[in-house]
Amino acid sequence: MYDFTYHKAGSLEQAGKLFKNARDGAFLAGGQTLIATMKLRLASPSDVVDIGGIGDLQGISVAGGAVSIGAGVTHAEVAASKDVRGAIAALADLAGEIGDPHVRHRGTLGGSIANNDPAADYPAACLGLGATIETSAGSHGADDFFVDLFETALDEGEIITRVKFPVPKRAGYAKFPNPASRFALVGVFVAETTGDGARVAVTGAGPGVFRVREMEAALDKDFSPAALSGISVSADNLNSDLHADADYRAHLIGVMAQRAVAAAG
Amino acid sequence: MTDTGIGARVVRKEDQRFITGAGNYTDDINLPGQTYAYFLRSPHAHAKLGGIDTKRAEAAPGVLGVFTGADLARDGIGGLICGWMIHSKDGSPMNAGPHPALAQEKVRHVGDHVACVVAETAAQARDAAELIDVDYQELPACVNAADAKSDGAALVHDEIAGNTVYEWEIGDADLTDAAFRDAAHVTRLSIVNNRLIPNAIEPRAAIGCYDAAAGAYTLYTTSQNPHVARLVLSAFIGIAPEHKLRVIAPDVGGGFGSKIFIYAEETVCVWASRHIGRPVKWTGERSESFLADAHGRDHVTQAELALDKAGRITGLRVRTIANMGAYLSTFSSSVPTYLYATLLSGQYNIPAIHASVDAVYTHTAPVDAYRGAGRPEACYVVERLVEAAARELKLDPAELRRRNFITEFPHQTPVIMAYDTGDYGASLDKALELADYAGFAKRKAASEKAGKLRGIGFANYIEACGIAPSAAVGSLGAGVGLWESAEVRVNPTGNIEVLTGSHSHGQGHETTFAQLVSDRFGLPIDQIEIVHGDTDKVQFGMGTYGSRSGPVGMSAIARALDKIEAKAKKIAAHALEASQDDIEIRDGTLSVAGTDKSMAFGEVSLAAYVAHNLPEGMEPGLKETSFYDPANFTFPAGCHICEVEIDPETGVSEIVSWVAVDDFGTIINPNIVEGQVHGGIGQGVGQAMLEACHYDPQSGQLVTGSYMDYCMPRAADLPSYKLAFTTTVCPSNPVGMKGCGEAGAIAAPAAFMNAMTDALGTEDVPMPATPQAVWRTLQGAAPAAAAQ
Ligand SMILES: Cc1cc2nc3c(=O)[nH]c(=O)nc-3n(C[C@H](O)[C@H](O)[C@H](O)COP(=O)(O)OP(=O)(O)OC[C@H]3O[C@@H](n4cnc5c(N)ncnc54)[C@H](O)[C@@H]3O)c2cc1C
Repeated sequence: MYDFTYHKAGSLEQAGKLFKNARDGAFLAGGQTLIATMKLRLASPSDVVDIGGIGDLQGISVAGGAVSIGAGVTHAEVAASKDVRGAIAALADLAGEIGDPHVRHRGTLGGSIANNDPAADYPAACLGLGATIETSAGSHGADDFFVDLFETALDEGEIITRVKFPVPKRAGYAKFPNPASRFALVGVFVAETTGDGARVAVTGAGPGVFRVREMEAALDKDFSPAALSGISVSADNLNSDLHADADYRAHLIGVMAQRAVAAAG
Repeated sequence: MTDTGIGARVVRKEDQRFITGAGNYTDDINLPGQTYAYFLRSPHAHAKLGGIDTKRAEAAPGVLGVFTGADLARDGIGGLICGWMIHSKDGSPMNAGPHPALAQEKVRHVGDHVACVVAETAAQARDAAELIDVDYQELPACVNAADAKSDGAALVHDEIAGNTVYEWEIGDADLTDAAFRDAAHVTRLSIVNNRLIPNAIEPRAAIGCYDAAAGAYTLYTTSQNPHVARLVLSAFIGIAPEHKLRVIAPDVGGGFGSKIFIYAEETVCVWASRHIGRPVKWTGERSESFLADAHGRDHVTQAELALDKAGRITGLRVRTIANMGAYLSTFSSSVPTYLYATLLSGQYNIPAIHASVDAVYTHTAPVDAYRGAGRPEACYVVERLVEAAARELKLDPAELRRRNFITEFPHQTPVIMAYDTGDYGASLDKALELADYAGFAKRKAASEKAGKLRGIGFANYIEACGIAPSAAVGSLGAGVGLWESAEVRVNPTGNIEVLTGSHSHGQGHETTFAQLVSDRFGLPIDQIEIVHGDTDKVQFGMGTYGSRSGPVGMSAIARALDKIEAKAKKIAAHALEASQDDIEIRDGTLSVAGTDKSMAFGEVSLAAYVAHNLPEGMEPGLKETSFYDPANFTFPAGCHICEVEIDPETGVSEIVSWVAVDDFGTIINPNIVEGQVHGGIGQGVGQAMLEACHYDPQSGQLVTGSYMDYCMPRAADLPSYKLAFTTTVCPSNPVGMKGCGEAGAIAAPAAFMNAMTDALGTEDVPMPATPQAVWRTLQGAAPAAAAQ
């Protein structure tokens, strides 16, 4: 780790100001990605602005057909929340499958989606449910938020404040973990939404989270695992690495999608 | 049996301090004035070093010194050594390339040591290392062992043709060829034993400290054998004479072999402490362990088994290429030879065996002993072959094994080993019962109905532990003897310190060794202290590896206890005016048989030290030493049965049952022994299911350089084991022990892979059988199955 200056922000405004004044600032939430990257000397911000103490980023509420989760809420809080479980059990399950207990008690929803790791779980839930990402500068629909590998629609200094997940009729998540890292090798989130039909979002398999329209169309007709049999996803543009080549990932998308639908009940 | 004696489930004495964070590991030690070392490592697998410009680094804040290979050479510091001479079949000695602690002229693997920066803080040392300008002239790399000898392969050491370390053989080639000519059936397999990266929970660390007043050095280090480290650093590397170097290995958090060896970092730290004039500390980071701790395994093997019409094995032929990495690590040369090929007879009566082993250099981290060291590789070859042969011959694999078991002892194999005792049928029978082998077909059918594939696999392993006697290993090329020493000091007040040359880095010696003493005198275990890991306290020792602490280390203690017992009896007999033959020791009391005359153990020890009333001619004191050189190896053996269920949709496999029936001879503490078996199986399953060290075949970059890609076994990957023991007491040592530290890791890969190949219906499954590998196997197998 290189030397840096640490700031603790008490409010969104203060966080914005601290960031603006920094030569090369970075927001710190749970630190589960940022600190590790800094320790490996792959990131070297001049100023670290800790947003962990900002009250606006906390809290979970269910109202108006949506679950609203603060960006600073940890994975463990989401996994344990009765409100989340009651409204969207698949979301609570997903949070409970992230990393290990240590990671779940530090890592946050905002940090996860701001980072947009191609193997992260939350992006699948955001895209699969058609969530709205609220920020210090406005809001983004999930379809426009996840731009590319580690790239989002966030501007410099823009802070995610909350994520609003519309409550679906039913939803399910099936994750095939990378045997080593336990990130998603392939994770598929499916939902039968109230206004937007079926949505199928895949994480882990490509350079970023993406939807599978052909599966969505099939589920619109018949929301059952059987409806997906025979639909194959092309291996083109999927990731290949030590743990899974593109063709294996393509195959797993099919299997996990069916299992996610089965889990949605 | 007392409640803390031999066979008692005593709770480990050391665990209180470990689980409350009160252990004292090398990194916990901070010396006044301590400085910090950082090692600059090669980013390339192979490059010529044009020049190393350290000027900018030397000027950086906090920097006290920047050292390169040239500095070590200037001081006459020798290279790291390999302490076991292997001769090729043509009689020539092995080709040991130079291994400077800091690179000279060339770097030979990613992570090779280029320079060392010493600074006031660890961060300053690391910052400064980024300012060292190294002129690397990149060269092509040779990464895979199978390619190392081919024409045009990049040479690791320019002067060593064909990257050949040695071409070694064992056994009778003509006799073996004849067996194959006459065979009714031959089973052939190509086997890759995957390379592993050791992952002790505590990374390596060292503090070198020079005391100018005494002209002496102290090295604190994460070592499994501090005396061997001192010997090598003195006699071969030339840091300091032996009497001017103290090596302390305090609490050590796991080793699995990787902390046997003498590495560059501790060498440089202890040497640099004199130049800096202050203690120099290095604590390895996990990424450094991945890059430069000695790796394990990495064999490519062609193996053939010959059988007659009756299903009796008549011959075994094995050709192995062993990857040694870029340099020969401390004991590396012995691993694919005397620790591997000598075990190729397994539990079987095989009249003819021939094995040839070509050891090669590659541009990868050095490879050396890792839990099991050679024996997991041998077990894997033999047990895969036997299982495959049974399938080809449509024989029950248990039956084929039984037909070929050695049943008479002692048994001389064609590959050096003379098995002393065992009962392989007994462990097989017990394992079949615990595994409900008879019910397997039903379980398989149930799995099939649920869309799953079920398989069962055996590993009837044998290993050789406590490698010895010294004269024998010397004749095979070992540079050291493999005995052990112990000193038992009874204090005047009757408590006891046992100084042992073994070293505990997780094995629980403070408990088991104390049980041996408690058992002998009937003393409470908290009156007994086990002292190890300090060359200034313990006279000498060969350390802990190869499951030798029980059979060799405890035997030395037993011998010293014999002497203590004899002297204590003499003192008591004299004081009680009885014959020494009539003295009995029980519950901490020495009494005259059949009388009420007795003395407490503490009264005897006090008598020994006050020396007011000792037998004529007896020296005062109660302290005895033993140097125990075993008469033979010991031969733990047993039967593991693994059952797996595979989800063919994803390739995910689950271990649904694991039975291990082991014969370890006398068992001192079943808790600890079971713990060793659990851990060993976990490590073996790690190899077979999850772990694979992967280098990019072109660039030689380590792809699995962190836990993001290198997959360690987790609790959820492992089932609840069913364990049992069938015991034949080891005849060659006074405790009757055989050793238990490696058995699980030796048996597990074969048992798991035999279960997987059974489930998948093909021998062509790579290890580790990751979900992707399994899925791919099924893709390949599907059309063939359809064609049937
Ligand atoms: C061992 C391990 C295992 C893991 N396993 C998984 C897994 O299985 N699945 C998974 O999805 N993830 C996994 N993770 C990642 C984990 O979920 C992280 O918590 C997450 O990626 C980052 O969240 P954080 O709060 O720690 O963010 P930080 O590390 O603090 O920040 C990450 C990035 O997000 C930015 N940021 C943080 N909060 C905000 C905000 N409110 N607005 C704008 N930008 C912000 C930061 O500036 C930084 O660039 C794992 C991590 C570890 C260490």
